[in-house]
Amino acid sequence: MSTYVLNLITVRLLIAALTLLIVSFAVFFATAMLPGDTATILLGQAATPEAVAGLRSAMHLDEPAYLRFLRWLGGLMSGDLGTSYVNNVAVADLIGGRFVNTMRLAGITALFSVPLALTLGITAAMFRGSLYDRAVTILTIGVISIPEFMVATSAVLVFSVYLKWLPALSFANDVTSVWQMLKVYAMPVISLTFVVAAQMIRMTRAAVIDTINTPYVETALLKGASRPRMVLRHALPNAIGPIVNAVALSLSYLVGGVIIVETIFNYPGIAKLMVDGVATRDLPLIQSCAMIFCVAYLSLITLADIIAILANPRLR
Amino acid sequence: MTPSITLSQKFGYRFSWVGMIGLSIVLFWGIIALIAPHIIPHPVGEIVDEDYFGAISSRFWLGSDYLGRDMLARVLMGARYTVGISLAAVSIACFSGVVLGMTAAVVGGWLDTALSRFLDAMNSIPSKLSGLVVVAAVGSSITVLIVTLAVIYTPGAYRFARALAVNINTMDYITVSRTRGEGIFYIIGSEILPNITGPVLADLGLRFVFIVLLLSGLSFLGLGVQPPYADWGALVHENVGGLPFGAPAVIVPSLAIASLTISVNLLIDNLPQKIRDRSA
Repeated sequence: MSTYVLNLITVRLLIAALTLLIVSFAVFFATAMLPGDTATILLGQAATPEAVAGLRSAMHLDEPAYLRFLRWLGGLMSGDLGTSYVNNVAVADLIGGRFVNTMRLAGITALFSVPLALTLGITAAMFRGSLYDRAVTILTIGVISIPEFMVATSAVLVFSVYLKWLPALSFANDVTSVWQMLKVYAMPVISLTFVVAAQMIRMTRAAVIDTINTPYVETALLKGASRPRMVLRHALPNAIGPIVNAVALSLSYLVGGVIIVETIFNYPGIAKLMVDGVATRDLPLIQSCAMIFCVAYLSLITLADIIAILANPRLR
Repeated sequence: MTPSITLSQKFGYRFSWVGMIGLSIVLFWGIIALIAPHIIPHPVGEIVDEDYFGAISSRFWLGSDYLGRDMLARVLMGARYTVGISLAAVSIACFSGVVLGMTAAVVGGWLDTALSRFLDAMNSIPSKLSGLVVVAAVGSSITVLIVTLAVIYTPGAYRFARALAVNINTMDYITVSRTRGEGIFYIIGSEILPNITGPVLADLGLRFVFIVLLLSGLSFLGLGVQPPYADWGALVHENVGGLPFGAPAVIVPSLAIASLTISVNLLIDNLPQKIRDRSA
Protein backbone atom coordinates (compact mmCIF):
# COMPACT_ATOMS: atom_id res chain seq x y z
CA MET A 1 0.00 0.00 0.00
CA SER A 2 1.46 3.32 -1.06
CA THR A 3 1.83 6.28 1.26
CA TYR A 4 -0.60 8.15 -0.97
CA VAL A 5 -3.41 5.75 -0.11
CA LEU A 6 -2.42 5.86 3.55
CA ASN A 7 -2.63 9.64 3.43
CA LEU A 8 -6.06 9.54 1.81
CA ILE A 9 -7.32 7.18 4.51
CA THR A 10 -5.81 9.25 7.31
CA VAL A 11 -7.48 12.37 5.92
CA ARG A 12 -10.79 10.50 5.70
CA LEU A 13 -10.47 9.38 9.32
CA LEU A 14 -9.63 12.91 10.45
CA ILE A 15 -12.68 14.25 8.61
CA ALA A 16 -14.79 11.60 10.34
CA ALA A 17 -13.43 12.67 13.73
CA LEU A 18 -14.09 16.34 12.95
CA THR A 19 -17.60 15.49 11.75
CA LEU A 20 -18.25 13.56 14.93
CA LEU A 21 -17.18 16.59 16.97
CA ILE A 22 -19.57 18.87 15.04
CA VAL A 23 -22.34 16.30 15.37
CA SER A 24 -21.86 15.98 19.13
CA PHE A 25 -21.90 19.77 19.32
CA ALA A 26 -25.20 19.83 17.41
CA VAL A 27 -26.76 17.08 19.52
CA PHE A 28 -25.70 18.74 22.78
CA PHE A 29 -26.89 22.20 21.87
CA ALA A 30 -30.12 21.07 20.23
CA THR A 31 -31.09 19.35 23.45
CA ALA A 32 -29.41 21.42 26.15
CA MET A 33 -29.94 24.97 24.93
CA LEU A 34 -33.67 24.72 24.41
CA PRO A 35 -36.35 26.20 26.65
CA GLY A 36 -37.20 25.05 30.14
CA ASP A 37 -34.91 25.05 33.17
CA THR A 38 -33.96 21.45 33.90
CA ALA A 39 -33.73 21.92 37.67
CA THR A 40 -37.22 23.45 37.81
CA ILE A 41 -38.64 20.67 35.66
CA LEU A 42 -37.05 18.01 37.87
CA LEU A 43 -38.15 19.49 41.17
CA GLY A 44 -41.57 20.61 40.04
CA GLN A 45 -43.33 23.95 40.37
CA ALA A 46 -43.55 23.78 44.19
CA ALA A 47 -39.79 23.66 44.82
CA THR A 48 -38.16 26.46 46.84
CA PRO A 49 -35.74 28.73 44.96
CA GLU A 50 -32.92 27.49 47.27
CA ALA A 51 -33.55 23.88 46.31
CA VAL A 52 -33.59 24.77 42.62
CA ALA A 53 -30.34 26.75 42.99
CA GLY A 54 -28.78 23.84 44.90
CA LEU A 55 -29.69 21.34 42.23
CA ARG A 56 -28.53 23.69 39.50
CA SER A 57 -25.06 23.91 40.98
CA ALA A 58 -24.99 20.18 41.77
CA MET A 59 -25.76 19.45 38.11
CA HIS A 60 -23.32 22.15 36.93
CA LEU A 61 -26.21 23.91 35.19
CA ASP A 62 -24.93 27.30 36.37
CA GLU A 63 -21.74 26.95 34.38
CA PRO A 64 -21.36 28.45 30.90
CA ALA A 65 -22.59 26.28 28.07
CA TYR A 66 -19.18 25.52 26.56
CA LEU A 67 -17.92 24.19 29.92
CA ARG A 68 -20.97 21.94 30.21
CA PHE A 69 -20.38 20.76 26.66
CA LEU A 70 -16.76 19.88 27.42
CA ARG A 71 -17.80 18.14 30.64
CA TRP A 72 -20.44 16.16 28.75
CA LEU A 73 -18.01 15.25 25.97
CA GLY A 74 -15.39 14.19 28.50
CA GLY A 75 -18.01 12.06 30.23
CA LEU A 76 -18.94 10.38 26.95
CA MET A 77 -15.29 9.56 26.20
CA SER A 78 -14.74 8.00 29.60
CA GLY A 79 -17.97 6.02 29.42
CA ASP A 80 -19.93 8.18 31.87
CA LEU A 81 -23.17 8.85 30.03
CA GLY A 82 -24.83 10.81 32.83
CA THR A 83 -27.94 10.08 34.87
CA SER A 84 -31.47 9.71 33.56
CA TYR A 85 -33.73 12.60 34.58
CA VAL A 86 -36.76 10.37 34.82
CA ASN A 87 -35.73 7.54 37.12
CA ASN A 88 -32.31 8.59 38.38
CA VAL A 89 -30.54 5.53 37.01
CA ALA A 90 -27.17 5.82 35.26
CA VAL A 91 -27.84 6.02 31.52
CA ALA A 92 -25.09 3.47 30.91
CA ASP A 93 -27.06 0.90 32.95
CA LEU A 94 -30.26 1.64 31.02
CA ILE A 95 -28.50 1.25 27.70
CA GLY A 96 -26.22 -1.71 28.51
CA GLY A 97 -28.34 -4.79 27.80
CA ARG A 98 -30.51 -3.06 25.25
CA PHE A 99 -27.47 -2.14 23.17
CA VAL A 100 -26.67 -5.84 22.87
CA ASN A 101 -30.27 -6.52 21.79
CA THR A 102 -30.14 -3.89 19.06
CA MET A 103 -26.77 -5.10 17.83
CA ARG A 104 -28.13 -8.64 17.71
CA LEU A 105 -31.13 -7.50 15.65
CA ALA A 106 -28.86 -5.55 13.30
CA GLY A 107 -26.42 -8.46 13.05
CA ILE A 108 -29.08 -11.03 12.20
CA THR A 109 -30.57 -8.65 9.63
CA ALA A 110 -27.16 -8.14 8.01
CA LEU A 111 -26.65 -11.90 7.97
CA PHE A 112 -29.85 -12.36 5.95
CA SER A 113 -29.96 -9.22 3.84
CA VAL A 114 -26.39 -9.19 2.49
CA PRO A 115 -26.42 -12.59 0.73
CA LEU A 116 -30.01 -12.03 -0.44
CA ALA A 117 -29.28 -8.58 -1.83
CA LEU A 118 -26.01 -9.62 -3.50
CA THR A 119 -27.67 -12.58 -5.21
CA LEU A 120 -30.62 -10.54 -6.44
CA GLY A 121 -28.53 -7.52 -7.42
CA ILE A 122 -25.90 -9.46 -9.35
CA THR A 123 -28.37 -11.74 -11.14
CA ALA A 124 -30.56 -8.75 -12.04
CA ALA A 125 -27.52 -7.06 -13.60
CA MET A 126 -26.60 -10.32 -15.33
CA PHE A 127 -29.98 -10.52 -17.07
CA ARG A 128 -30.43 -6.81 -17.51
CA GLY A 129 -33.61 -5.85 -19.35
CA SER A 130 -35.25 -9.23 -18.80
CA LEU A 131 -38.61 -9.67 -17.12
CA TYR A 132 -36.80 -10.85 -13.97
CA ASP A 133 -34.64 -7.73 -13.89
CA ARG A 134 -37.65 -5.46 -14.32
CA ALA A 135 -39.56 -7.27 -11.58
CA VAL A 136 -36.62 -6.87 -9.16
CA THR A 137 -36.19 -3.19 -10.10
CA ILE A 138 -39.88 -2.34 -9.67
CA LEU A 139 -40.00 -4.19 -6.35
CA THR A 140 -36.95 -2.37 -4.97
CA ILE A 141 -38.19 1.06 -6.12
CA GLY A 142 -41.51 0.22 -4.49
CA VAL A 143 -39.91 -0.69 -1.16
CA ILE A 144 -37.68 2.41 -1.22
CA SER A 145 -40.63 4.71 -1.97
CA ILE A 146 -42.75 3.63 0.97
CA PRO A 147 -42.18 4.39 4.66
CA GLU A 148 -40.45 1.73 6.79
CA PHE A 149 -43.49 1.30 8.99
CA MET A 150 -45.51 0.29 5.96
CA VAL A 151 -43.04 -2.50 5.20
CA ALA A 152 -43.45 -3.70 8.78
CA THR A 153 -47.25 -3.42 8.84
CA SER A 154 -47.47 -5.20 5.48
CA ALA A 155 -45.30 -8.00 6.87
CA VAL A 156 -47.69 -8.29 9.82
CA LEU A 157 -50.70 -8.35 7.48
CA VAL A 158 -49.20 -11.07 5.32
CA PHE A 159 -47.53 -13.33 7.87
CA SER A 160 -49.78 -13.04 10.90
CA VAL A 161 -53.18 -11.82 9.72
CA TYR A 162 -53.62 -13.79 6.50
CA LEU A 163 -51.16 -16.67 6.80
CA LYS A 164 -51.27 -16.81 10.64
CA TRP A 165 -47.70 -18.13 10.80
CA LEU A 166 -46.25 -15.63 13.23
CA PRO A 167 -47.46 -13.64 16.24
CA ALA A 168 -48.56 -10.06 15.45
CA LEU A 169 -47.33 -6.96 17.24
CA SER A 170 -45.85 -8.59 20.31
CA PHE A 171 -42.38 -9.30 21.54
CA ALA A 172 -42.30 -11.93 24.25
CA ASN A 173 -39.32 -11.71 26.57
CA ASP A 174 -39.69 -15.29 27.84
CA VAL A 175 -37.85 -17.06 25.09
CA THR A 176 -37.19 -20.65 26.07
CA SER A 177 -36.57 -22.61 22.89
CA VAL A 178 -34.80 -22.02 19.61
CA TRP A 179 -38.10 -22.32 17.77
CA GLN A 180 -39.64 -19.60 19.92
CA MET A 181 -36.64 -17.38 19.36
CA LEU A 182 -36.97 -17.82 15.61
CA LYS A 183 -40.63 -16.87 15.76
CA VAL A 184 -39.92 -13.83 17.91
CA TYR A 185 -37.13 -12.51 15.73
CA ALA A 186 -38.76 -13.39 12.42
CA MET A 187 -41.00 -10.38 12.00
CA PRO A 188 -38.55 -7.58 12.94
CA VAL A 189 -35.81 -9.24 10.89
CA ILE A 190 -38.06 -9.71 7.84
CA SER A 191 -39.15 -6.05 7.93
CA LEU A 192 -35.62 -4.70 8.39
CA THR A 193 -34.26 -7.02 5.72
CA PHE A 194 -36.73 -5.63 3.20
CA VAL A 195 -35.77 -2.04 4.01
CA VAL A 196 -32.01 -2.62 3.88
CA ALA A 197 -31.95 -5.14 1.04
CA ALA A 198 -33.89 -2.87 -1.32
CA GLN A 199 -31.15 -0.23 -1.13
CA MET A 200 -28.42 -2.83 -1.40
CA ILE A 201 -29.95 -4.54 -4.47
CA ARG A 202 -30.23 -1.23 -6.32
CA MET A 203 -26.67 -0.19 -5.57
CA THR A 204 -25.21 -3.64 -6.29
CA ARG A 205 -27.04 -3.83 -9.61
CA ALA A 206 -25.80 -0.36 -10.55
CA ALA A 207 -22.22 -1.24 -9.58
CA VAL A 208 -22.19 -4.43 -11.65
CA ILE A 209 -23.82 -2.71 -14.64
CA ASP A 210 -21.19 0.03 -14.47
CA THR A 211 -18.52 -2.62 -14.89
CA ILE A 212 -20.42 -4.48 -17.60
CA ASN A 213 -20.48 -1.27 -19.64
CA THR A 214 -16.69 -1.23 -19.94
CA PRO A 215 -15.03 -2.27 -23.23
CA TYR A 216 -13.13 -5.23 -21.77
CA VAL A 217 -16.33 -6.91 -20.60
CA GLU A 218 -17.85 -6.33 -24.01
CA THR A 219 -14.81 -8.07 -25.47
CA ALA A 220 -15.48 -11.04 -23.22
CA LEU A 221 -19.05 -11.20 -24.55
CA LEU A 222 -17.85 -10.87 -28.14
CA LYS A 223 -15.32 -13.69 -27.80
CA GLY A 224 -18.26 -15.93 -26.89
CA ALA A 225 -18.45 -16.03 -23.10
CA SER A 226 -21.93 -16.72 -21.77
CA ARG A 227 -23.65 -13.93 -19.86
CA PRO A 228 -23.16 -15.60 -16.44
CA ARG A 229 -19.48 -16.23 -17.23
CA MET A 230 -19.04 -12.69 -18.50
CA VAL A 231 -20.47 -11.28 -15.29
CA LEU A 232 -19.05 -13.71 -12.72
CA ARG A 233 -15.53 -14.21 -14.16
CA HIS A 234 -14.86 -10.93 -15.92
CA ALA A 235 -16.98 -8.17 -14.44
CA LEU A 236 -17.43 -9.19 -10.82
CA PRO A 237 -13.78 -9.09 -9.66
CA ASN A 238 -13.62 -5.44 -10.69
CA ALA A 239 -17.00 -4.60 -9.20
CA ILE A 240 -16.17 -5.95 -5.72
CA GLY A 241 -14.99 -2.57 -4.42
CA PRO A 242 -18.15 -0.67 -5.38
CA ILE A 243 -20.28 -3.58 -4.16
CA VAL A 244 -18.70 -3.68 -0.70
CA ASN A 245 -19.07 0.10 -0.62
CA ALA A 246 -22.77 -0.31 -1.45
CA VAL A 247 -23.18 -2.91 1.29
CA ALA A 248 -21.68 -0.63 3.95
CA LEU A 249 -23.76 2.33 2.77
CA SER A 250 -26.98 0.30 2.76
CA LEU A 251 -26.30 -1.01 6.24
CA SER A 252 -26.40 2.61 7.42
CA TYR A 253 -30.12 2.52 6.56
CA LEU A 254 -30.40 0.11 9.49
CA VAL A 255 -30.17 3.13 11.80
CA GLY A 256 -33.40 4.65 10.49
CA GLY A 257 -35.14 1.31 10.05
CA VAL A 258 -34.34 0.03 13.51
CA ILE A 259 -36.05 3.06 15.13
CA ILE A 260 -39.36 2.23 13.43
CA VAL A 261 -39.12 -1.55 13.64
CA GLU A 262 -38.21 -1.67 17.34
CA THR A 263 -41.15 0.61 18.11
CA ILE A 264 -43.67 -1.39 16.09
CA PHE A 265 -42.64 -4.76 17.48
CA ASN A 266 -41.95 -3.47 20.97
CA TYR A 267 -38.42 -4.85 20.73
CA PRO A 268 -36.31 -4.06 23.82
CA GLY A 269 -33.46 -2.23 22.06
CA ILE A 270 -31.93 1.23 22.33
CA ALA A 271 -34.11 2.70 19.57
CA LYS A 272 -37.24 1.87 21.54
CA LEU A 273 -35.53 3.22 24.65
CA MET A 274 -34.83 6.47 22.83
CA VAL A 275 -38.35 6.87 21.45
CA ASP A 276 -39.70 6.32 24.98
CA GLY A 277 -37.13 8.85 26.20
CA VAL A 278 -38.47 11.40 23.71
CA ALA A 279 -41.97 10.95 25.12
CA THR A 280 -40.70 11.68 28.66
CA ARG A 281 -38.12 14.28 27.48
CA ASP A 282 -35.30 12.45 29.24
CA LEU A 283 -32.47 14.50 27.74
CA PRO A 284 -29.32 12.65 28.98
CA LEU A 285 -30.80 9.40 27.70
CA ILE A 286 -31.69 10.94 24.31
CA GLN A 287 -28.24 12.52 23.95
CA SER A 288 -26.47 9.23 24.65
CA CYS A 289 -28.70 7.19 22.33
CA ALA A 290 -28.38 9.83 19.60
CA MET A 291 -24.59 9.72 19.90
CA ILE A 292 -24.55 5.92 19.70
CA PHE A 293 -26.62 6.02 16.51
CA CYS A 294 -24.52 8.82 15.02
CA VAL A 295 -21.29 6.94 15.74
CA ALA A 296 -22.71 3.78 14.14
CA TYR A 297 -23.94 5.68 11.10
CA LEU A 298 -20.72 7.64 10.69
CA SER A 299 -18.53 4.52 11.06
CA LEU A 300 -20.45 2.73 8.32
CA ILE A 301 -20.24 5.70 5.96
CA THR A 302 -16.53 6.20 6.67
CA LEU A 303 -15.92 2.49 6.20
CA ALA A 304 -17.70 2.68 2.84
CA ASP A 305 -15.48 5.59 1.77
CA ILE A 306 -12.29 3.84 2.87
CA ILE A 307 -13.31 0.70 0.98
CA ALA A 308 -13.90 2.84 -2.09
CA ILE A 309 -10.38 4.29 -1.75
CA LEU A 310 -8.81 0.86 -1.26
CA ALA A 311 -10.73 -0.66 -4.15
CA ASN A 312 -9.62 1.94 -6.66
CA PRO A 313 -6.70 0.30 -8.50
CA ARG A 314 -5.54 3.66 -9.87
CA LEU A 315 -4.56 4.70 -6.35
CA ARG A 316 -2.40 1.65 -5.63
CA MET B 1 -27.54 23.48 -22.76
CA THR B 2 -29.45 26.29 -24.41
CA PRO B 3 -31.52 28.15 -21.87
CA SER B 4 -33.72 29.62 -24.59
CA ILE B 5 -35.89 26.51 -24.99
CA THR B 6 -39.47 27.53 -24.39
CA LEU B 7 -41.66 25.83 -21.86
CA SER B 8 -43.93 24.23 -24.45
CA GLN B 9 -40.96 22.61 -26.15
CA LYS B 10 -39.68 21.32 -22.85
CA PHE B 11 -43.00 19.83 -21.88
CA GLY B 12 -43.88 18.71 -25.41
CA TYR B 13 -45.18 15.21 -26.05
CA ARG B 14 -42.12 13.45 -24.77
CA PHE B 15 -43.71 12.43 -21.49
CA SER B 16 -44.03 8.65 -21.35
CA TRP B 17 -47.37 7.26 -20.23
CA VAL B 18 -45.86 6.06 -16.92
CA GLY B 19 -44.82 9.64 -16.24
CA MET B 20 -48.34 10.80 -17.09
CA ILE B 21 -49.84 8.36 -14.58
CA GLY B 22 -47.43 9.66 -11.93
CA LEU B 23 -48.28 13.25 -12.80
CA SER B 24 -52.02 12.67 -12.62
CA ILE B 25 -51.84 10.97 -9.21
CA VAL B 26 -49.66 13.80 -7.86
CA LEU B 27 -52.11 16.38 -9.25
CA PHE B 28 -55.03 14.38 -7.83
CA TRP B 29 -53.61 14.56 -4.29
CA GLY B 30 -52.72 18.22 -4.77
CA ILE B 31 -56.30 19.08 -5.73
CA ILE B 32 -57.68 16.93 -2.89
CA ALA B 33 -55.46 18.81 -0.44
CA LEU B 34 -56.93 22.09 -1.69
CA ILE B 35 -60.62 21.17 -1.79
CA ALA B 36 -60.82 18.53 0.97
CA PRO B 37 -63.03 20.54 3.38
CA HIS B 38 -65.70 20.90 0.68
CA ILE B 39 -65.96 17.29 -0.42
CA ILE B 40 -65.74 15.24 2.77
CA PRO B 41 -68.92 13.19 3.25
CA HIS B 42 -68.90 13.30 7.06
CA PRO B 43 -67.37 15.80 9.51
CA VAL B 44 -63.74 14.84 10.29
CA GLY B 45 -63.88 14.71 14.07
CA GLU B 46 -67.37 13.31 14.49
CA ILE B 47 -68.14 9.72 15.47
CA VAL B 48 -70.59 8.57 12.83
CA ASP B 49 -70.34 4.78 12.84
CA GLU B 50 -71.61 2.74 15.79
CA ASP B 51 -68.91 0.16 15.09
CA TYR B 52 -65.15 0.81 15.40
CA PHE B 53 -62.71 -0.37 12.72
CA GLY B 54 -65.77 -0.73 10.51
CA ALA B 55 -65.44 -2.47 7.16
CA ILE B 56 -65.82 -0.81 3.78
CA SER B 57 -69.52 -0.17 3.10
CA SER B 58 -71.68 1.98 0.85
CA ARG B 59 -72.07 4.52 3.65
CA PHE B 60 -68.38 4.53 4.68
CA TRP B 61 -66.39 4.06 1.50
CA LEU B 62 -63.13 3.43 3.37
CA GLY B 63 -64.55 2.03 6.61
CA SER B 64 -64.33 3.72 9.99
CA ASP B 65 -61.45 4.29 12.43
CA TYR B 66 -60.79 3.23 16.03
CA LEU B 67 -63.47 5.58 17.35
CA GLY B 68 -65.97 5.06 14.54
CA ARG B 69 -65.05 8.18 12.58
CA ASP B 70 -65.36 8.18 8.81
CA MET B 71 -62.04 7.10 7.30
CA LEU B 72 -62.64 8.67 3.87
CA ALA B 73 -63.04 12.09 5.43
CA ARG B 74 -59.95 11.61 7.60
CA VAL B 75 -57.77 10.46 4.71
CA LEU B 76 -58.93 13.33 2.49
CA MET B 77 -58.22 15.85 5.25
CA GLY B 78 -54.95 14.09 6.05
CA ALA B 79 -53.79 14.91 2.54
CA ARG B 80 -53.76 18.58 3.53
CA TYR B 81 -51.26 17.98 6.32
CA THR B 82 -49.03 15.47 4.55
CA VAL B 83 -48.88 17.42 1.28
CA GLY B 84 -48.96 20.88 2.88
CA ILE B 85 -46.25 20.35 5.51
CA SER B 86 -43.99 18.49 3.10
CA LEU B 87 -44.41 21.09 0.38
CA ALA B 88 -43.66 23.96 2.76
CA ALA B 89 -40.61 22.16 4.18
CA VAL B 90 -39.22 21.15 0.78
CA SER B 91 -39.64 24.70 -0.55
CA ILE B 92 -37.72 26.19 2.35
CA ALA B 93 -35.04 23.47 2.20
CA CYS B 94 -34.47 23.80 -1.52
CA PHE B 95 -34.59 27.59 -1.49
CA SER B 96 -31.98 27.92 1.25
CA GLY B 97 -29.93 24.99 -0.05
CA VAL B 98 -29.80 26.36 -3.60
CA VAL B 99 -29.04 29.93 -2.54
CA LEU B 100 -26.26 28.78 -0.19
CA GLY B 101 -24.93 26.32 -2.77
CA MET B 102 -24.71 28.88 -5.54
CA THR B 103 -23.16 31.44 -3.21
CA ALA B 104 -20.54 28.94 -2.04
CA ALA B 105 -19.71 27.97 -5.62
CA VAL B 106 -19.37 31.58 -6.80
CA VAL B 107 -17.55 32.98 -3.77
CA GLY B 108 -15.36 29.91 -3.17
CA GLY B 109 -12.45 30.08 -0.76
CA TRP B 110 -12.87 29.63 2.97
CA LEU B 111 -16.63 30.33 2.89
CA ASP B 112 -17.10 27.39 0.53
CA THR B 113 -14.87 25.11 2.62
CA ALA B 114 -16.43 26.04 5.96
CA LEU B 115 -20.01 25.82 4.69
CA SER B 116 -19.42 22.52 2.91
CA ARG B 117 -17.69 20.94 5.88
CA PHE B 118 -20.38 22.11 8.30
CA LEU B 119 -23.33 21.03 6.14
CA ASP B 120 -21.66 17.68 5.38
CA ALA B 121 -21.40 17.11 9.11
CA MET B 122 -25.10 17.95 9.50
CA ASN B 123 -25.79 15.49 6.73
CA SER B 124 -24.15 12.69 8.67
CA ILE B 125 -26.78 12.78 11.39
CA PRO B 126 -29.41 10.24 10.37
CA SER B 127 -32.55 12.18 9.44
CA LYS B 128 -34.93 10.31 11.72
CA LEU B 129 -32.57 10.86 14.62
CA SER B 130 -32.44 14.65 14.12
CA GLY B 131 -36.24 14.64 14.05
CA LEU B 132 -36.40 12.71 17.32
CA VAL B 133 -33.86 14.95 19.07
CA VAL B 134 -35.64 18.17 18.05
CA VAL B 135 -39.08 16.87 18.99
CA ALA B 136 -37.67 15.76 22.34
CA ALA B 137 -36.27 19.22 22.98
CA VAL B 138 -39.04 21.56 21.78
CA GLY B 139 -42.09 19.36 21.42
CA SER B 140 -44.03 18.90 18.24
CA SER B 141 -46.11 21.50 16.45
CA ILE B 142 -46.74 22.03 12.76
CA THR B 143 -44.35 25.00 12.63
CA VAL B 144 -41.62 23.04 14.43
CA LEU B 145 -42.12 20.14 12.03
CA ILE B 146 -41.85 22.33 8.93
CA VAL B 147 -38.69 24.06 10.18
CA THR B 148 -37.09 20.81 11.37
CA LEU B 149 -37.79 18.98 8.12
CA ALA B 150 -36.49 21.97 6.15
CA VAL B 151 -33.27 22.12 8.20
CA ILE B 152 -32.70 18.36 7.89
CA TYR B 153 -32.94 18.43 4.10
CA THR B 154 -31.11 21.70 3.43
CA PRO B 155 -27.59 20.11 3.40
CA GLY B 156 -28.62 17.67 0.66
CA ALA B 157 -30.10 20.44 -1.48
CA TYR B 158 -26.98 22.51 -0.86
CA ARG B 159 -24.66 19.74 -1.95
CA PHE B 160 -26.63 19.12 -5.13
CA ALA B 161 -26.93 22.79 -6.09
CA ARG B 162 -23.28 23.48 -5.29
CA ALA B 163 -22.09 20.63 -7.50
CA LEU B 164 -24.15 21.97 -10.39
CA ALA B 165 -23.14 25.58 -9.80
CA VAL B 166 -19.43 24.73 -9.62
CA ASN B 167 -19.65 23.34 -13.14
CA ILE B 168 -21.47 26.40 -14.47
CA ASN B 169 -19.05 28.67 -12.63
CA THR B 170 -16.17 27.59 -14.88
CA MET B 171 -18.00 28.65 -18.05
CA ASP B 172 -16.67 31.51 -20.11
CA TYR B 173 -19.76 33.65 -19.82
CA ILE B 174 -19.36 33.72 -16.04
CA THR B 175 -15.79 34.97 -16.45
CA VAL B 176 -17.12 37.56 -18.88
CA SER B 177 -19.74 38.82 -16.49
CA ARG B 178 -17.20 38.88 -13.67
CA THR B 179 -14.85 40.94 -15.83
CA ARG B 180 -17.78 43.20 -16.66
CA GLY B 181 -17.89 43.90 -12.94
CA GLU B 182 -21.22 42.27 -12.14
CA GLY B 183 -22.04 41.71 -8.46
CA ILE B 184 -22.47 38.32 -6.89
CA PHE B 185 -26.27 38.58 -6.79
CA TYR B 186 -26.44 39.22 -10.51
CA ILE B 187 -24.17 36.26 -11.29
CA ILE B 188 -26.18 33.96 -9.05
CA GLY B 189 -29.61 35.12 -10.16
CA SER B 190 -29.13 35.77 -13.86
CA GLU B 191 -26.22 33.60 -14.97
CA ILE B 192 -26.24 30.46 -12.81
CA LEU B 193 -29.82 29.94 -11.64
CA PRO B 194 -31.44 29.77 -15.12
CA ASN B 195 -28.96 27.05 -16.07
CA ILE B 196 -29.60 24.76 -13.14
CA THR B 197 -33.39 25.17 -12.79
CA GLY B 198 -34.32 21.84 -14.41
CA PRO B 199 -32.14 19.52 -12.32
CA VAL B 200 -32.91 21.55 -9.19
CA LEU B 201 -36.65 21.05 -9.72
CA ALA B 202 -36.13 17.31 -10.24
CA ASP B 203 -34.09 17.25 -7.03
CA LEU B 204 -36.90 19.12 -5.28
CA GLY B 205 -39.29 16.34 -6.26
CA LEU B 206 -37.03 13.62 -4.84
CA ARG B 207 -36.48 15.59 -1.66
CA PHE B 208 -40.25 15.98 -1.37
CA VAL B 209 -40.52 12.18 -1.27
CA PHE B 210 -37.86 11.94 1.47
CA ILE B 211 -39.71 14.57 3.49
CA VAL B 212 -43.07 12.82 3.11
CA LEU B 213 -41.44 9.58 4.28
CA LEU B 214 -39.72 11.20 7.27
CA LEU B 215 -42.85 13.14 8.27
CA SER B 216 -44.95 9.98 8.05
CA GLY B 217 -42.34 8.08 10.05
CA LEU B 218 -42.30 10.69 12.83
CA SER B 219 -46.10 10.88 12.89
CA PHE B 220 -46.23 7.11 12.97
CA LEU B 221 -44.06 7.16 16.11
CA GLY B 222 -46.61 9.57 17.59
CA LEU B 223 -44.07 12.40 17.51
CA GLY B 224 -45.18 14.23 14.37
CA VAL B 225 -48.52 15.91 13.72
CA GLN B 226 -50.50 15.92 16.98
CA PRO B 227 -54.26 15.42 17.49
CA PRO B 228 -56.79 16.86 16.70
CA TYR B 229 -54.94 17.21 13.40
CA ALA B 230 -53.78 14.07 11.66
CA ASP B 231 -51.62 13.47 8.62
CA TRP B 232 -51.45 10.07 6.97
CA GLY B 233 -48.67 8.82 9.24
CA ALA B 234 -50.65 9.86 12.31
CA LEU B 235 -53.71 8.05 10.92
CA VAL B 236 -51.70 4.83 10.75
CA HIS B 237 -50.43 5.52 14.28
CA GLU B 238 -53.92 5.95 15.78
CA ASN B 239 -55.36 2.95 13.99
CA VAL B 240 -52.45 0.54 14.39
CA GLY B 241 -54.61 -1.42 16.85
CA GLY B 242 -56.72 -2.50 13.90
CA LEU B 243 -53.76 -4.21 12.25
CA PRO B 244 -54.43 -7.70 13.67
CA PHE B 245 -57.94 -7.54 12.10
CA GLY B 246 -56.62 -6.18 8.80
CA ALA B 247 -58.86 -3.10 9.24
CA PRO B 248 -59.04 -0.73 6.25
CA ALA B 249 -58.42 2.13 8.70
CA VAL B 250 -54.73 1.15 8.96
CA ILE B 251 -54.25 0.01 5.36
CA VAL B 252 -55.82 2.97 3.52
CA PRO B 253 -53.59 5.79 4.86
CA SER B 254 -50.50 3.63 4.17
CA LEU B 255 -51.68 3.16 0.60
CA ALA B 256 -52.26 6.90 0.30
CA ILE B 257 -48.64 7.60 1.32
CA ALA B 258 -47.35 4.93 -1.04
CA SER B 259 -49.43 6.24 -3.97
CA LEU B 260 -48.07 9.75 -3.47
CA THR B 261 -44.40 8.85 -3.03
CA ILE B 262 -44.32 6.20 -5.77
CA SER B 263 -46.03 8.50 -8.29
CA VAL B 264 -43.63 11.37 -7.56
CA ASN B 265 -40.76 8.92 -8.15
CA LEU B 266 -42.35 7.70 -11.40
CA LEU B 267 -42.88 11.27 -12.54
CA ILE B 268 -39.27 12.25 -11.88
CA ASP B 269 -37.87 9.07 -13.43
CA ASN B 270 -39.81 9.73 -16.63
CA LEU B 271 -39.11 13.43 -16.97
CA PRO B 272 -37.58 14.35 -20.33
CA GLN B 273 -33.82 13.85 -20.15
CA LYS B 274 -33.27 17.57 -20.70
CA ILE B 275 -34.89 18.53 -17.40
CA ARG B 276 -33.55 15.66 -15.35
CA ASP B 277 -29.97 15.53 -16.54
CA ARG B 278 -27.40 16.73 -14.08
CA SER B 279 -25.25 18.29 -16.75
CA ALA B 280 -28.08 20.06 -18.53
